[in-house]
Formats: sequence, structure tokens, C-alpha cells
Amino acid sequence: MDRRSFMKLTAIGGGAVFMSGLYGHAPAAAAGNTPAPYDDFYFVQLSDVHWGYSGGANPDALNTFRKAVATVNALEVQPDFIIFTGDLTHTTDDPKERRQRMAAFKEIAAGLKVKSVRFIPGEHDASLDNGAAFKENFGPSNYTFEHKGVHFIALDNVSDPGARIGDTQLEWLKNDLDKQAKDARIVVFTHRPLFDLVPKWDWATRDGDKAIALLMPYSNVTVFYGHIHQEHHHMTGRIAHHAAKSLIFPLPAPGSQEKRTPLPWDPALPNKGLGFREVEAQAGNDYKLTEFPVTRT
Amino acid sequence: MDRARRQLCARLACGFGALLTVAAIDAQGFRKIAGKERIIAIEARKFVYTPNEITVKKDETVVLAFTAVDFIHGFFIPDMNIRADLKPGQVTEVRLTPGKAGEYAFLCDNFCGSGHEEMNGKIIVTE
Repeated sequence: MDRRSFMKLTAIGGGAVFMSGLYGHAPAAAAGNTPAPYDDFYFVQLSDVHWGYSGGANPDALNTFRKAVATVNALEVQPDFIIFTGDLTHTTDDPKERRQRMAAFKEIAAGLKVKSVRFIPGEHDASLDNGAAFKENFGPSNYTFEHKGVHFIALDNVSDPGARIGDTQLEWLKNDLDKQAKDARIVVFTHRPLFDLVPKWDWATRDGDKAIALLMPYSNVTVFYGHIHQEHHHMTGRIAHHAAKSLIFPLPAPGSQEKRTPLPWDPALPNKGLGFREVEAQAGNDYKLTEFPVTRT
Repeated sequence: MDRARRQLCARLACGFGALLTVAAIDAQGFRKIAGKERIIAIEARKFVYTPNEITVKKDETVVLAFTAVDFIHGFFIPDMNIRADLKPGQVTEVRLTPGKAGEYAFLCDNFCGSGHEEMNGKIIVTE
């Protein structure tokens, strides 16, 4: 049974299977376009695992990621692929320890039933060694791939500790986009937001405006990112940007307080504010987002 | 150069040296030179600026003189759109003249480690 058939069945059955999820819609970027035929699929976005973190913001840090893996594995229909949008590990100055944390992270991620799993780095993984350990473990930090009519682009805006995409990568992006039709379906994965969300919290990409300028001529672009440890939605022109929840601790709403300190762990509601999302590709440039908690029990 | 000119140069050099000795570094690292821009020495170290609160008067021109100890830290005042990379082994000067009273947050915007998120401070501009 494919995803579309399954969703029809759940609709008939009252959608009880997905009752624990919260639903949202990524707005169609090109309103008025005739819906194009599309190949039904969905992927799962996990973000900001920070493996190796220990502290009061998540006393259950050793288990949270494993619980999320179990929850993804228990989804009734498995996703076509899974993307981790950075901060796989919590940073350390020790290169050996960094690699040990990445090895431990990989071992747990290997427990995912879906074997098509992709990764991009976060600043905690890559900024202290310009992405060296990340690349050793996960390959290139920027890449593209095609999946069922959608062109996916992974952008690295963290291997430079100053949060620059950099001229070389921007040129690479331009060359890649030059090969795409202006109405191609394009999805971009980054760690940091490409736009200035809260610069005083370092929630920005120093040359993100250049990437947005390159993407802007394309009518069907959607960006999924991490870094800010919460669900967030924003438009720059016709480009939709969607931030994902974290699997370590939630952070405050953008700009809501002086410092971006983690929200305190609530023993009465463990894992509050943590989770992952499903992204279901629909007709046109519409993406149905479903937020899931770490555990569904 | 004749002897008289050499003596004149020597006197000028002594006078200039005397002017420099007027400069004093106070407890907060502020170097004050009469009639000149105030220079504020700031150390950037994982994961703190010392000092991390700078008070200046509106319309006063100050020079922030950064010494980074252990990393290429960043210095960024978003509300003033002023930023600099602070390279170890050199003094990085940032000159500013705030035109409006208030508090202006600054932060390290080069990711420098597990305490990076706490590396920040503020500039207090008084009337």
C-alpha cells in the first residue's frame, strides 16, 4: 500500500491513526498554477539531536534519540527517505571525542528501518574543524539529489564558523540552478535559516541573502532547516522556510527574551517541545507537514 | 640635519612622549587620552568578552580594541550593523559613535565551541 492509499484509508477511518500528530500546510509557492501530476511520497525530517549533550535541559539525553528512532520505525507507512538537518552531535573541542560522538550517532541512526538516510551538518558538528569530521563520516556537506520529480539541494552554511555559505558554494548553487526549469520543484535543506530570523541570537546566515537571491527566480522553492529547535514558518517572497523541532531541548520563541537559553525540562511533561516531522509532497508545490512527538504513547 | 634641527626634533619627541604618558588605563580597561578618542580594551576568550558591558555617551566616538586569545571570535552589534572578525595575535579596532541612547546587544558570531551561545554583552549608550 502506498502513502496516498494509506491516507485515503485513514481519512475514511476518521484519521485515528494520525491523531497524535499536528497538521499544517506549507503554503503553495505558486498560487494559481495548474496542479501538476505528482508522484506520491513523503519524507521525515529529524533535527538537532546534539548527541553527546549532557545537562539539565534534557536529563533523558541518552534516550531521546533512540525513542525517536523507535517512533519513526513504528510509522504505519515508512517514508521514502529521512533527512537529518544538522547538529547531529553536541560540539566538543576534542577532535577524537567529536568522532566518537559521530560514531555513536551513526550507530543509533543505523537502527532506522528506512535505509535511505541523508545528513547535513550543523555548526556543532562542523564549525570547529571546517566540516572535516562530518565529511569523514557522512560524505560531502553539500549535494543534490532527485526524488520523484523533486530536486533536492543540501546547502552547508555551518562549516564556515562565521556562518557563510561562501562564494565557492554559491557558485556551485548557481550552476546547479541554471540546469533547472524555472518551475521545477525544488526543496532546499540547510541547518541555519537562510534569512535573518534573529541575528542577535546568531539565528541567521551571513550570506544567506545571496542564496535566496539565486533561488528567487524559481517559482517552486521550499526550504527546511533546523538550528532553532522549534517549529517555525516564514516566507521570503514566494519561498517558504520551515524550521523543525529538536531532539534534545527546545529553545525560546524567536526574539522572545534577551538570551536564547534552552527552555527548562518539565518533569511532568518530559520531551515537551521535542519531536520530528513528516513532509508529504502533494500536488503543485504544496507540502503537508505533520509534527510528531518523540514518543506516541 | 644640523644640530639645531636635531635638538628641535628631540624636544618634539620628548613632548609627544609626555603626552602619551598622560594616558591611563582604568580598572575597566578604558584608556583615556586627553583630547582623543577613548580606547576601550576588550579581551575575547572562550566564551566571554572582558569587559562585556561597555558604557559610552551618545555621540561619543570610542575605539573598541579587541585582543582575541584563543580563536577567531566574532564581534557583532546587529542593531548598529557593525561586525568584525577578531584574529588572535593582533589588535582589532572597531570605531563607533552611537547616535541614540539605549542598550545594544553584541555577540560572538563565529561559532567557537560549546559555550558560544553565552558569549555576548551589551553597549549601554547614555544621554
